[in-house]
Amino acid sequence: MNASVNVLDRPAGAAQTSGIIDCDVHPFPRPGAIEQYLPERWRRHVAEYGKFTYGIYAGIGAYPRFQPYLSRRDSFPPNGGAPGSDVAFIREQLLDRYNVAYGVLEPLLGGNASRNVDEAAALCAAMNDWQAYEFTDPEPRLRASILVPQDDPDAAVKEIDKRAGDWRFCQVQLGSKTTEPIGRRRYWPIYAAAQANGLSIGLHVGGTFSAAPSAGGWPQFYIEEHHGLVHSMQNQCASMIFEGVFEAFPNLKIVLIEGGFAWAPTLGWRLDAHWAKMRDEVPQVKRPPSEYMRTNLWWATQPVEEPEHPEDLRQVFDWIGWDRMVYSSDYPHWDFDDPHQAFHFQMTETEKRQVFRENALSVYTFR
Amino acid sequence: MPALPEGAIDCDIHPGVPEIKQLLRYMEPFWQESFVARGLDGFDMMSYPPNAPITCRPDWRRKGQRPGSSLTDLQKDALDTFGIGLAICNPLTGGQIAVSETMGAAICSAVNDWIVEHWLNQDARLRASIVVPAQAPHLAVEEIERRAADKRFVQILMPAACEMMLGRSYYWPIYEAAVKHDLPVGLHAGSMYRYAPTSTGWPSHYVQDYVANSNIFEDQLLSLVSNGIFVKYPNLRVVLIESGVSWLPGFLWRAIKTWRGVRAEVPWVKQSPAETIRENVRLTVQPIDAPPDPNTIERLMEMIDSDRMLLFASDYPHWQFEGDKVLPDGLSPALRQRIRVDNPLETYPRLKETVQ
Amino acid sequence: MNAPVGALDPHADQRLGIIDCDVHPYPKPGALNQYLPERWRNHVFHYGKFNCGIYADRGTYPRFSPNTSRRDAWPPGGGAPGSDVAFIREQLLAPYNIAYGVLEPLLGGNTSRNQDEAAALCTAMNDWQAHDFVDPEPRLRASILVPQDDPAAAVKEIDKRAGDWRFAQIQLGSKTSEPLGRRRYWPIFAAAQANGLSIGLHIGGTQSSTPSAGGWPQFYVEDHHVLVHSMQNQAASLILEGVFEAFPRLKVCLIEGGFAWAPSWAWRLDAHWAKMRDEVPQVKRPPSEYMRTNLWFATQPVEEPEQPEDLRRVFEWIGWDRMVYSSDYPHWDFDDPHLAFRFQMSEQEKRLLFHDNALKVYTFR
Repeated sequence: MNASVNVLDRPAGAAQTSGIIDCDVHPFPRPGAIEQYLPERWRRHVAEYGKFTYGIYAGIGAYPRFQPYLSRRDSFPPNGGAPGSDVAFIREQLLDRYNVAYGVLEPLLGGNASRNVDEAAALCAAMNDWQAYEFTDPEPRLRASILVPQDDPDAAVKEIDKRAGDWRFCQVQLGSKTTEPIGRRRYWPIYAAAQANGLSIGLHVGGTFSAAPSAGGWPQFYIEEHHGLVHSMQNQCASMIFEGVFEAFPNLKIVLIEGGFAWAPTLGWRLDAHWAKMRDEVPQVKRPPSEYMRTNLWWATQPVEEPEHPEDLRQVFDWIGWDRMVYSSDYPHWDFDDPHQAFHFQMTETEKRQVFRENALSVYTFR
Repeated sequence: MPALPEGAIDCDIHPGVPEIKQLLRYMEPFWQESFVARGLDGFDMMSYPPNAPITCRPDWRRKGQRPGSSLTDLQKDALDTFGIGLAICNPLTGGQIAVSETMGAAICSAVNDWIVEHWLNQDARLRASIVVPAQAPHLAVEEIERRAADKRFVQILMPAACEMMLGRSYYWPIYEAAVKHDLPVGLHAGSMYRYAPTSTGWPSHYVQDYVANSNIFEDQLLSLVSNGIFVKYPNLRVVLIESGVSWLPGFLWRAIKTWRGVRAEVPWVKQSPAETIRENVRLTVQPIDAPPDPNTIERLMEMIDSDRMLLFASDYPHWQFEGDKVLPDGLSPALRQRIRVDNPLETYPRLKETVQ
Repeated sequence: MNAPVGALDPHADQRLGIIDCDVHPYPKPGALNQYLPERWRNHVFHYGKFNCGIYADRGTYPRFSPNTSRRDAWPPGGGAPGSDVAFIREQLLAPYNIAYGVLEPLLGGNTSRNQDEAAALCTAMNDWQAHDFVDPEPRLRASILVPQDDPAAAVKEIDKRAGDWRFAQIQLGSKTSEPLGRRRYWPIFAAAQANGLSIGLHIGGTQSSTPSAGGWPQFYVEDHHVLVHSMQNQAASLILEGVFEAFPRLKVCLIEGGFAWAPSWAWRLDAHWAKMRDEVPQVKRPPSEYMRTNLWFATQPVEEPEQPEDLRRVFEWIGWDRMVYSSDYPHWDFDDPHLAFRFQMSEQEKRLLFHDNALKVYTFR
């Protein structure tokens, strides 16, 4: 669908026939919100044993963050609560201000990362209910992601099938860190269910930290670990391609969120070069790897790369393909990308339409 | 020299480490600002989720309070109830497992300051382990040197699973400092979780993680012995804290048998591992994983074949026993005396220097 | 399928014979390749068996004797220990009056990170066992090797071999990508139970994490003990994940991990389950009870307590009905059935240990 004028300039409150699409918005629960949606048995379990992630600490991630709640300091709602917990403030700071037609919710609450897969299933179901009732129902511009217990594919498929017909959900969410590379056969039922239901998968950085962030061991600082997440995206790309996921599921659509994108062209060349010599190891890969990157993968733009020469960013877009790029803000996090300011080079109107709206419309399921 | 207090010597109690907020005052400005500006807290170890049953016996839990955080409760529930004359505080803190060497060191040092002010200075019966950042042996040694003059610090404390096997040369500086100051090295159940908690990967349940702790102790003993740590540091004492105990005989038999078969690989290990372990290693008795049947306990003690190895401990406030049944039935009176008093005194030389 | 006519009558002398639950066959050079399709022959040639290891072509922890074997086990006609059926007869089956010897290949087939390669190698190794060992010598019985991290393929292989008299059990490695009780492995247990086949859990397998929660040991002396821990961890996992509730007739034999650890492990599991059983509601009975109904322990390498009579105590604590004799032929720590047990057993006890218990576990047809 074409917008006839600059999509960024539509006034706030315009219908969803125009307006930009933000592929990464982080909701946060008010205290006790998620527990309301948990059955008693799991409420008790979580109270006693916690979320039981693959972590060193009982209640927080291994790498302490740099800002409280990872968030912009101005995103704490005036009425109280954590950033991303107040729908009215999300409207004010994000949806209305930037004319957002749809914002895709990406909860990062560790529900899908529990080592106890039954707990993970219970938490995911509760978090899906919570998104739908407390965000999408009152604010239909916000659309939910189907969280699934990724290491229990049967339970994951059940949850996908349960939510697939619900207009409030627009994709399936997975974490970029999984207990095995995500192309491995054990995860294929999830892909089958996604494809069968016509739902894309948002692969967001984070997930299960079941091994050291680096093949070389454990970095010490957030500044190192942050880049490790980028590597997890690259690893997952390579895995899906080389394991033949996109041959088995040619209609599968994957959006890579918050892992950056400047690495994508070079990864494509690298995969192509070494596949050419060793393709007999992976006969399930029928085309050069980079071709799958052009048919089945999309990249969310935040945190936008900032080349030393801004025009190099245009070159990266060209190399990846303008049809592959989808805008994301990462609201309310500290490295939020303002759509007006994030891209330090001039885009044409057509290019803006692609990045801020049309590409996302071809991936997500907005009903 | 003044006489020691009457009663048993409890070699493992856990004052509840407070939130970072209360520890800030002991830290340098850089860390104070870091923790506040970054909004960081909640460093409870995965090894002891705060609400897990084992972390606090139900009748010792106080609503709204961190387990073990009240001195008066400790005095009433444990010291007085179990007839304890001296008790060694082993704080369990996220500083011991942090991925950052320097952040870990900052928290550990703050905890050591805190234990002096709020525990050692408040009750003359209390002693403590020096909590160290084993992530960085040079920083661990700095902390040991900082505390060594205070004789109420009687041990160096590390989690049982760190970043490398503890026999590695990386850790020599810690053993050198330990020997220099006549401080045993205490390894406490728990892990830095740099690797899967079991040799078969990541279990689904905390209870599985917990029981796998005994494997870690066995691995570390083999590492220390095989690397010749006790050859290099013959006066080093290592204490295994909260290990479960009953694994020991079966482990020793196998250690002896395998060493006999493959000892040529480790020629510096000149005596049977069992001999070395009996000489240099001690174990706290809480828990002893065994049925409450005196005959079984008796047989177990016979198999361990050393009356010097076991150290009395309540493990307060962890949930290991009911009522005041700290020790199982089936121990001879002579063995009970050794466990309750004599072995702790031999293991922790500093205990004999009572502080007024 | 019945044993072919013309083979040695497998029932001769069975009443007095010993059942050896752990015999390690080894391929003659090129033997396995015969059973591999060309596509996989090429793949293995280029990329190797692709395990989770530091070396391309060997295990991370160097062994202590060549082929981990007794120095007198090299066949006079050439080849590696365990590769010559005639010499196995001469050194093991005949002198010890072995009624059945259960083959436990340790060839890394089931541990490839490439699941399709693992499936191909397992099939080839199953064919090789059956044709090269069991057919000529029916006292030797094969194990069904399966690609354990690909349960669908594993189930296929189990169903394919289950009716074949030459196979006595399913083999799994004690080290797996995840603890074996985790849900992903349950299709294997379902297939085992449905086919009435026991599982031999033999030390070895995929080391996808470190051998210890504390990191990487340096010496074989240490690595050897980790295998004991892998057995303990798997026992805990199978019990606490509720495998034996879901599959009450499943039989698992723990092989080459020793057994002196079993009583204290049972006490430890019971003690901590008692406090935290609400975390694992799928466990309906004390953990030690499952150890008495669903687990067996192969005796090699036999424990050697400082007081030999303590070994009897350990047998009693575990249960005499749980113990099955194994030799580990031709490895260096082979247990001679006449010499290995340093305490006096009654005739009744010997019968249990050397014969009757194993008959309850394995499928000998």
